[in-house]
Amino acid sequence: MEERSEAELITAVLKGDAASFEPLVAKYSPRVFSTARRYARRESEIEDICQEVWLKAFDKLKTFRGEAPFEHWLMRMAVRTCYDFLRGHQRNRISSFSEISEPEEDWLERFVAEPGNVAEDADAAKLLIGRVLEKLSPEARLVIQLLEIEDRSVKEIAKITGWSVPLVKVRAFRARGEMKKILARMTQEKYL
Amino acid sequence: MNLVELEKKLIAAARLQVPDERVPYAFEKRITALIAARAAADHWVFWARGLWRAAASCVAVAVVLGAVSLFTPATPDSSKDLSQDFENTLLASADLPDNSSTP
Repeated sequence: MEERSEAELITAVLKGDAASFEPLVAKYSPRVFSTARRYARRESEIEDICQEVWLKAFDKLKTFRGEAPFEHWLMRMAVRTCYDFLRGHQRNRISSFSEISEPEEDWLERFVAEPGNVAEDADAAKLLIGRVLEKLSPEARLVIQLLEIEDRSVKEIAKITGWSVPLVKVRAFRARGEMKKILARMTQEKYL
Repeated sequence: MNLVELEKKLIAAARLQVPDERVPYAFEKRITALIAARAAADHWVFWARGLWRAAASCVAVAVVLGAVSLFTPATPDSSKDLSQDFENTLLASADLPDNSSTP
């Protein structure tokens, strides 16, 4: 059987054929899961986020006008759902850095001794940035993730989040300050 | 400690971390089943909502009619009610011969 195009599938779903939604879910779920894994750690939480993204996508499909690719529309929804998740799960922000593992401590000590020679691809560094990101406010985390880590432009972030361009700039400024404070707290807790 | 350098290193570490694209087995089937289940639930919700609305409007009509009957002033000739009129109309034919027999 010939594979139906994305537009055909969307039209069929809008006409009431819910089964036509399945190929869309199968095609784009890897990207949705990859996005969710940037914001949540536990697999159960990641699955919940992705499920919510797809249910929202189904409910709001009539708002998709087809001007931009379906993937872009879906990823905007995914990022916004992740942001809602961050706002609802702020439990890790208050905890201290006392639970830092031995490899992470070693990496920090090596950084103190030789800042230029320490490898950023080390697992310890990845764990450490994960901890730092968890301590940021939801807004700051979203901005740091999109602006610094995914290297997106301010305009793109404004489109994804639905915030205005000046608001993104203000939040980016605050996010950088927040990150610096967290790093200062982490190093103080470890080295004072 | 050089915090700016530390931040750069950690951001670089985060950039190198490519998130996994793994999807749980039959995830799309689960989503389709959830959508179907919700549609069935929506059907019942639709009926329940409709019946509640109907019940609410019935109560509103009953209240309005109750208020109207309670606050409507009684007619001056209260003895002449509908039952009296009905009886008079019904017995009118019986009353007529009596009137015609009188000289």
